[in-house]
Amino acid sequence: MNDKLKVIAGLIVFFAIFSYPFWNNIFNKENPEHKPVLSAEAEKAKECVRSKDYMTKEHMQLLDIWRDKVVRSGERVYKYGNGKEYNMSLSNTCLGCHTSKAEFCDRCHDYASVKPYCWDCHIDPKENK
Amino acid sequence: MLEKALKGSNKYWIWIFCLLGVIGIGALTYINQYRVGLGITGMSRDVSWGFYISQFTYLVGVAAGGVMLVLPYYLHDYKKFGKITILGEFLAVSALIMCLLFIAADMGQPVRAFNMLMHPTPGSVLFWDASVLNGYLFLNIIIGWNVLEAERNGVPTAGWVKPLIYLSIPFAFGIHTVTAFLYCGLPGRGFWLTAILAPRFLASAFAAGPAFIIILSFIIKKVTNFDAGKEAIQTISKIVTYALIANVFFLLCEVFVAFYSKIPEHTAHLKYLFVGLHGHGVLAPWMWTSIALMLIAILLLLIPATRSNEFVLGITCVFVLIGTWIDKGLGLIAGGFVPSPLHHVNEYIPTIKEIFIGLGIYGIGFLILTVLFKIAITIREEVDA
Amino acid sequence: MKNSRRSFLKIAGISAIGFSMTPVVNVFASSGQEGNKPEPSYSVNKKALKAKRWGLVIDTRKLSEEIVEELGKTCSKIHNIPEIKNKDHEIKWIWGEEFKHAFPGKENEFLDERMKHLSMPVLCNHCKDAPCVRVCPTKATFKRPDGIVLMDFHRCIGCRFCMAACPYGSRSFNFIDPRTVLPKDRKEWNLEFPTRMKGVVEKCNFCAERLAVGKTPACVEASHGALAFGDLEDPKSEVRKLLKSNYTIRRKPSLGTGPSVYYIV
Repeated sequence: MNDKLKVIAGLIVFFAIFSYPFWNNIFNKENPEHKPVLSAEAEKAKECVRSKDYMTKEHMQLLDIWRDKVVRSGERVYKYGNGKEYNMSLSNTCLGCHTSKAEFCDRCHDYASVKPYCWDCHIDPKENK
Repeated sequence: MLEKALKGSNKYWIWIFCLLGVIGIGALTYINQYRVGLGITGMSRDVSWGFYISQFTYLVGVAAGGVMLVLPYYLHDYKKFGKITILGEFLAVSALIMCLLFIAADMGQPVRAFNMLMHPTPGSVLFWDASVLNGYLFLNIIIGWNVLEAERNGVPTAGWVKPLIYLSIPFAFGIHTVTAFLYCGLPGRGFWLTAILAPRFLASAFAAGPAFIIILSFIIKKVTNFDAGKEAIQTISKIVTYALIANVFFLLCEVFVAFYSKIPEHTAHLKYLFVGLHGHGVLAPWMWTSIALMLIAILLLLIPATRSNEFVLGITCVFVLIGTWIDKGLGLIAGGFVPSPLHHVNEYIPTIKEIFIGLGIYGIGFLILTVLFKIAITIREEVDA
Repeated sequence: MKNSRRSFLKIAGISAIGFSMTPVVNVFASSGQEGNKPEPSYSVNKKALKAKRWGLVIDTRKLSEEIVEELGKTCSKIHNIPEIKNKDHEIKWIWGEEFKHAFPGKENEFLDERMKHLSMPVLCNHCKDAPCVRVCPTKATFKRPDGIVLMDFHRCIGCRFCMAACPYGSRSFNFIDPRTVLPKDRKEWNLEFPTRMKGVVEKCNFCAERLAVGKTPACVEASHGALAFGDLEDPKSEVRKLLKSNYTIRRKPSLGTGPSVYYIV
């Protein structure tokens, strides 16, 4: 094979382009703030519908179950552990306490480049463009 | 075997790049549709399916039509079709891919398409349609590829392929029957609510599909050394003849039932299509053209002298193609939606953007068809040499 | 060829075993902080209104052009339905139609003047055997045990099969992003109810969100007594009393869909 050089050169170029995001992150030290900020209301409430650890890791699954329960079974009341009842509503219950979507949801989602389509329909009551 | 598609004459590459250009325009337009929504099309609240779904329906017919080559060869051992069954199979592959793309283009939320697999609903005809379409697609890919590979290697086709070939025959009938069931099982849509819709679909499919294969054979004969054989072409043209007669006959049956019973729900749609309703009749000239083309084609196909003249036959097949395309690719969907269930007459005219996207999908289909036929014919030529 | 196929099968087999392990791994992984606590419970709001089969009786004698218009406006307001100028893209949940359009096939050659020009409110009939539910390929449109035919907008793929299936033209499709045509100022929206996104179908939901908190549908409240809402399966309900003492018609009953909306004429 006399194409060896070409193949290797091609592979190097491919690898360089392919791994660009990693290089970029290593050399570009600028690390944007991405931790969610708790609102005053949330700080005061001290607890969420589940533990902080669970919510951090599993909030998407929880919301997925909520939407199915609310829309498909008409069950709108959530109870767990502490015995408190919650109305399963993203716009009203979640954002009722985490009052700033921008500071709570978006910061982390933007950082992780996650684009949940929740907000295509559900309304952030604070937002007014 | 794919490497065979990478070596070709200048004309071959010009054709490929033309197709890529058309695909590019379609893709760019689709990006616009994806961002803005289906509002860029001519569809409306009353006519909620349009150009995309009617092209899908027409192409299901073209895909099913390929079985008219497979069936005589494998079930009746009609040797003359041996050389060209592969063309029927590969035509089915490209037509089916176009079908799936047209469905995707028609979806409001295409990224959620997999919801159909995550929440399978056997009660919905769409579930079955997706199943048979994909099934028929994979059957044809597997069969076509294996048959061709065996031919290249000069060995008989593997034994396990045979049952798949037999299975593909009922599947071909299945895809068009189930596609007709999408429409004819809906209450309140008088135009489609007829048990003859599936037979009508099949008749038009068995006219359009084989007619397209005749045209393709002529083109292939022109640009390569591959000749399907006069006798094979003549047999196919007879299939086209009787399928086309059946298609027109079924249409006349519909007309009789509607206009002798005079039930408004059934006459209204036919009136809209052929003479216009409440002053709206944008499709009428098209529909009459379709009827004229199909009738002329029947005449030319029935007369032995015109049928056996290759030039006339080629033109006749173009008539068949256009006639059935207007009948199914324009009239069938719009005719079913106008007038609406509330008896409003809102007409549908596709927008330029919609047509660009449609042409882009046709471009993809023809690209796949070209590549597959190129492979098949190159291998044929090599084996013959 | 043979060799690579064999090694492929080997890898495929090992991966299959790997995947079948996930449930086991998950059990270990989930025995964290909350591992021993009970499962969460989901329940229906205690105030929610319940029925075996919800139905609506429309007393056309009490209707006027203004009332029908108000029904539509009220519904649009609380469900964030945009007003779209382009008729092709219109979204309608409840709206007025002339008798001959609301009841095609029932129009008499000589109809009394009032009926002829009266605007009939039409909406989703929440059919007993709904064709839209039957044809939906993802169960995005489904029937609740209380008879309401509901849309799950999260699941709708926008194939519009339901629109072709509905014999009442009750369904609308979001041809464009509805937020681009809703009022600019969100103070005019109902912030407690979501909007929709482009590419999904929508229709009247019999105010399922209001029934869940013990309220009757908004159109009934706005109807000045022309609309009555209740349980069709309960002989003592208001709707059954009305049906017992008045002659009513339904839209296209011959199709066998079993509409739950009745019209007193």
